[in-house]
Amino acid sequence: MSSVAILIETIDGVVPKSAGELATFAKRMGEVTAVMVGGDCSSQLTNYSIDSLVQVDGVDVSKFGVPAYVDAIAAVIAAKNCDVLLVTSGARGKEIAGRVAVRTNSGVITDAIDIDSEKIATQSIFGGSTTVHSQVTTPLAIFTMRSNSVEIVEGACATSVEKLSATPSTATLKAEVLALEPLVKGGRPELTEAAIVVSGGRGTNGDFSAVEAFADSLGAAVGASRAATDAGWYPHSHQVGQTGKTVSPSLYVACGISGAIQHRAGMQTSKMIVAINKDPEAPIFELADYGVVGDLFAVLPSATAAISARK
Amino acid sequence: MKIAVCVKQVPDSWAEKKMVNGSLDRAGVDAVLNDLDEYAVEEALKIIEAHSPTGEAGEGSGHSITLITMGPDRASEALRKGLSMGADSAIHISDSALAGADSLLTSHVLAEAIKSGNFDLVLCGTESTDARMSVVPAMIAERLGWAQLTFAGSVVVDPAATKVEISRVTEIGAEKMQAQFPAVISVVEKINEPRYPSFKGIMAAKKKSIEVKALADLGLSATPAWSNVKDATPRPARAAGLKVEDSGNGGSDLVNYLAEKRVI
Ligand SMILES: Cc1cc2nc3c(=O)[nH]c(=O)nc-3n(C[C@H](O)[C@H](O)[C@H](O)COP(=O)(O)OP(=O)(O)OC[C@H]3O[C@@H](n4cnc5c(N)ncnc54)[C@H](O)[C@@H]3O)c2cc1C
Ligand SMILES: Nc1ncnc2c1ncn2[C@@H]1O[C@H](COP(=O)(O)O)[C@@H](O)[C@H]1O
Repeated sequence: MSSVAILIETIDGVVPKSAGELATFAKRMGEVTAVMVGGDCSSQLTNYSIDSLVQVDGVDVSKFGVPAYVDAIAAVIAAKNCDVLLVTSGARGKEIAGRVAVRTNSGVITDAIDIDSEKIATQSIFGGSTTVHSQVTTPLAIFTMRSNSVEIVEGACATSVEKLSATPSTATLKAEVLALEPLVKGGRPELTEAAIVVSGGRGTNGDFSAVEAFADSLGAAVGASRAATDAGWYPHSHQVGQTGKTVSPSLYVACGISGAIQHRAGMQTSKMIVAINKDPEAPIFELADYGVVGDLFAVLPSATAAISARK
Repeated sequence: MKIAVCVKQVPDSWAEKKMVNGSLDRAGVDAVLNDLDEYAVEEALKIIEAHSPTGEAGEGSGHSITLITMGPDRASEALRKGLSMGADSAIHISDSALAGADSLLTSHVLAEAIKSGNFDLVLCGTESTDARMSVVPAMIAERLGWAQLTFAGSVVVDPAATKVEISRVTEIGAEKMQAQFPAVISVVEKINEPRYPSFKGIMAAKKKSIEVKALADLGLSATPAWSNVKDATPRPARAAGLKVEDSGNGGSDLVNYLAEKRVI
């Protein structure tokens, strides 16, 4: 049986759904230790399978970022003798995992979509065209797990919080966060967590109202192609693709998006893909389960109306 | 200022990729300079231009840009591209023992090469388009014990060239970060528009030096891998499904289809 540490990253004090996914994966392997840094958020973890809760003090993650997380995790791994570390895949999470790997001389596997009780991870690479199973051969095995890849299995959470103090390493103090401008969150679900994503591209010509209305009728998140974010039509944080976010919802609707390879890289593993495009030759149709050749400004409003009619 | 830029040669994004013996088959596909690393080369040039008495990089600026790559022999082509954009020289670490290297080994080798060069700043892309791990720059910072300033959407070096400020753009927002030299920086693709090499640049690049090093030259020897691939199965390419022309009820037909498939 393994001793698995999971990192609980909060955004503005809020624990994301991916924490429950990490607990779900971790429980398959053994005892689960949740690592909280920069505040006690245990009240938001009560539904998850967590055997012990550790709150680390002594390092300031809001001021020193990634390396401060690494100092905290390294302290927990040493104190708890962990042989597995799970972190959510994201820009910050992957960097944290990578640095812990260097510091502890351990193997790291990123962007796993599944992991079994034997610590064998599944990755979907090359834009979903190849499935790979890999394992780490060092005593500590580190994985970053892509969010939205598992159905959360709820369980009992420890009730007491253990405190641990970590010391920042000298390198940690070398780069300092002077100010944070948080992302403005809309009322819609988070892109990487949503079950349905509706995205708009250059074909919207800057008018996302039809895309948003359809998304809202389905309770979906809104995404955008780089052409749309570059033009300033939609915030960069909503960009889907290689240099944006990777999403794998159960339904992805691409509206006025041609399907460039860099866009595909971020959405190709979606369970079902729908494309709406004026151009019957658009490459996005090559991977769409259902394609509508037409004007998005005609198709989307009629689809939105049809959804409303079903309610 | 001495700036190092880590650049990688990768298979062309459009090339069909497949796995052979647990690693990417690189032999059969066209290789290019990782396009995300072009932004790092461009940003290095911009930093030097802003600090050069002549407004230009290169000899006479009093500063230098060294490209560093780890890769097979033909990775020198990617270096030529960066040199023709305006970098001054290059280091190419090539060794048969490095075939199939993972991020831990890559960052180790790059960090050792950086240590031997007395650099002030190391610039990287945010991701290599083949490995797609986005971990090497952070790992290099950890190994060197330098400041980590990654995912930079802007980079400003102070006039005295002793400290640097960036805006780190990630899923949590934009963080203004600052550090003294030396620092490891990775830049996002929104930061600039990489220049096309000029004819003059291409000709000049032919004369610039590429120093080729083997592992032993860095005082390193091959290490066993930290992880391994058990199996890799190609999934059948996504087949195109239904394609229907909208003639007025494309929207409601779509909704009916989604309902039938129980996705809504
Ligand atoms: C280093 C690098 C990184 C990149 N990273 C990303 C990334 O992360 N994400 C990303 O998306 N792209 C990325 N790109 C850009 C990518 O190559 C494409 O340029 C981009 O995805 C194109 O966006 P688009 O499909 O919206 O625009 P276009 O390719 O211009 O396509 C617009 C489509 O809309 C259709 N259309 C027009 N009007 C209508 C209408 N009224 N109704 C219906 N359809 C209509 C057109 O037929 C066309 O197919 C990257 C590029 C580079 C070089
Ligand atoms: N073999 C390599 N040689 C030089 N630079 C590299 C190499 N691998 C990764 N890098 C750098 O690290 C960045 C992130 O790569 P990765 O972590 O592989 O996604 C790249 O954009 C490069 O700047």
